[in-house]
Amino acid sequence: MAELIPTQPDPGHEDDHHHGEQSFVSKYLLSTDHKVIAMQYMFTGMAMALIGGFMAYAFRMQLAFPGMDVPFFGIVTPANYVALVTNHGAIMIFWVAMPVLIAAFGNYLIPLMVGCDDMVFPKINRLSYQVFLVSAIVLLSSFFVEGGGFGGAWTTYPPLSAKAEYNLTPLGSSLFIGAVGIEFIAFLLGGINFITTAMNSRAPGMKLYDIPMVIWMIVIASILFMVSVGPLLAGAIMLIFDQQLHTAFYDPNRGGDPVLWQHLFWFFGHPEVYVVLLPAVGITAEIITVFSRKKLFAYRTVLNTAIGTGVLSFCVWAHHQFISGIDPRMANVFTLTTLLISIPIAEMMFVYIATLYGGAIRLTTPMLWALAFIFEFLIGGVTGIFLGASGADIYMHDTYFVLAHFHYTFFPIAIIGTYAGVTYWFPKMFGKMMSDRLGKLHFWGTIIPFNFIFIPLFFLGAGGQHRRIYDFQNFPALAGEGMQDLRILATVSLVVMLGFQVVFFYNFIISLMRGEKAGKNPWKANTLEWTAESPPPHGNWKVLPTVYRGPYEYSVPGREKDYWPQDEPN
Amino acid sequence: MIQSYLAQGSTYAGDIDFLFDMIFWIVGVWFLISSGVFFWLVFKFRVSGNEGTAQYITGEEKSQKRWITIPHLLVLVCDVFIIWGAVRVWYDIKQHLPEPDREVRVITQQWAWTFVHPGQDGNFDTADDIHTVNELRLEKDAVYHYHLTSNDVMHDFSVPVFRLKQDAIPGRVITGWFTPTLLGEFDIQCAEICGIGHGLMPARLVVESAADHAAWMTEQSPVKFAAVAPQVGEN
Repeated sequence: MAELIPTQPDPGHEDDHHHGEQSFVSKYLLSTDHKVIAMQYMFTGMAMALIGGFMAYAFRMQLAFPGMDVPFFGIVTPANYVALVTNHGAIMIFWVAMPVLIAAFGNYLIPLMVGCDDMVFPKINRLSYQVFLVSAIVLLSSFFVEGGGFGGAWTTYPPLSAKAEYNLTPLGSSLFIGAVGIEFIAFLLGGINFITTAMNSRAPGMKLYDIPMVIWMIVIASILFMVSVGPLLAGAIMLIFDQQLHTAFYDPNRGGDPVLWQHLFWFFGHPEVYVVLLPAVGITAEIITVFSRKKLFAYRTVLNTAIGTGVLSFCVWAHHQFISGIDPRMANVFTLTTLLISIPIAEMMFVYIATLYGGAIRLTTPMLWALAFIFEFLIGGVTGIFLGASGADIYMHDTYFVLAHFHYTFFPIAIIGTYAGVTYWFPKMFGKMMSDRLGKLHFWGTIIPFNFIFIPLFFLGAGGQHRRIYDFQNFPALAGEGMQDLRILATVSLVVMLGFQVVFFYNFIISLMRGEKAGKNPWKANTLEWTAESPPPHGNWKVLPTVYRGPYEYSVPGREKDYWPQDEPN
Repeated sequence: MIQSYLAQGSTYAGDIDFLFDMIFWIVGVWFLISSGVFFWLVFKFRVSGNEGTAQYITGEEKSQKRWITIPHLLVLVCDVFIIWGAVRVWYDIKQHLPEPDREVRVITQQWAWTFVHPGQDGNFDTADDIHTVNELRLEKDAVYHYHLTSNDVMHDFSVPVFRLKQDAIPGRVITGWFTPTLLGEFDIQCAEICGIGHGLMPARLVVESAADHAAWMTEQSPVKFAAVAPQVGEN
């Protein structure tokens, strides 16, 4: 495994290799530098997160105070409401979690952590971001066309999504599907780069089991994405044909089958959960090892569970369709496979908890985020069991219980995982330390309200309240007084949480301007990115590093220092 | 647990609630143990500043891996119990179809419900069919078959008090069953997003005694008002 291609400059890269003067445009907008592209992805993702968060604010205000004139938005009409919940979901998954966790961290970390000067295909990498940016613009433009944004849920089930007479958004629905399709092309381009770079451009000496866990996770996630996305892209093209050319792929009156879409969608949709989960799990592995000064417990087991989860994730998709009219016998098979996923995921959690044993745990801001990821994701994991069990899902399906469950998975992944990664690698990215005090304020100001948003929703779900309902006052038996109080609690907590995000942006900017200089390796970590300058220059290192050992050799007995960088000969 | 929010209104509501409680206790214990160990470790091994030394544990040796593999096997055992419980309840509600006392058609559309009772003669598509819009009247303790269809997009016939949920798919007739066991008025929701009126698609469920129901059927028959009654093929 050690035969590698260390420092060959690749042809597409040469013209950018002069470290001389570059104009602003070529340095920041048209750069092929993996770090700049990572920042482009990250800032675009954060901007989309603000838009998605604002949407959540608008529809949660409507839920808590029906008919209210929402500040900064206005009256939320039923058409606004469905468009908001639809686009909130799509944005948070496809335009926040994917670009930040996979694309931004993947781009930034892979070359730096495997010890090469850039991605293998820098121009494809640049193209990937440009395509992604187009997809984001297409999506946002759907709000300004006639009929407004699409409002048929992010799952876009036909016939609702297929016919303008049903969804009343003749252009919005096609722009929505089109944007998702374009975005997938961007990540296919990115995925090629991630896998190839991690496999072919590792520093001399870096064996497969010396690859830092976060890189493995991003590679496995990219493979999962590339394998699963094909059926959905085909399905999306058929859906656009149905919308604009009036074909009948999903039209039951003319021989089509609307349930076909659900299979294509969820065959992609469920692996997608793990596509975004795995990078967050990897980020957590890097952080808990550094800040507990411990070797990762059973490295190979973690890797195997990730691969196991990935393989199993292709066999569980119909648990989203238990009650959607599939053959009832099929539900038994998918209950079995779904519950089996608890095996690798539980093992992964156990391994992380075991890693803490015997550590010297430093509760810095990134460590708090990483620990919060483990704890909050645990809640998301155990509540999933209720829904994977077909019998219980008959009742829980499409209730707020489902919503609370997947927010307890996606919030730790997309938000906690991102904050963990950003606070941990900020010194490397910008050469400055972030304020720990402000970081902790932001941490508690996010985590506490987060739980107060979603724990009440578990109760609403157990009480039989369904998602995507515009106004519960239409359901007198379900919308009791206590239930409305829970909704108000969730909404108020959301507003508090959104407010605390200001602290993060303030901390970000103030640290950029006045932060303490970070130096190369402020956290005393082992992985290769900490041997480069902070921030690393174009090309990353003057002399590319050589690797002598695995990434988690902390507190090795008999050594003076409690860390042992991968590139130190002894 | 669910019954403290919502009464059990059908014969199988109790089974679903029992399954829910069983899963709750199993995963609850796991959650408490893992989060307890997690917090205990964080507090026990916490250091201030940059002091303290950590132990070197690879986790690759058998004696260390035991801490993972044993809980892991226990999770597997719990999974078996949960799968068994889930499949049992699922079979009873969705796979198996008891002989009906009565039948009712549930026709969904954007954004209303039409319920069709076969009337006195017990046959659909005859002159004495009773159509109601956004109100379903049922007889207590009768085994019902429902025949669920949709005229336009996906909808979902959800009766929380029965613990029943089933998607309606245009082009298909889906048959299932329930037996109401509780007198009173309840909500029916659409649980599958069906366009901008999705949240404004409520219906009332009225469960009445056999005598009241018979009186209502007589009063309603022959049909007094023409409801939206599209012709959907019965299979």
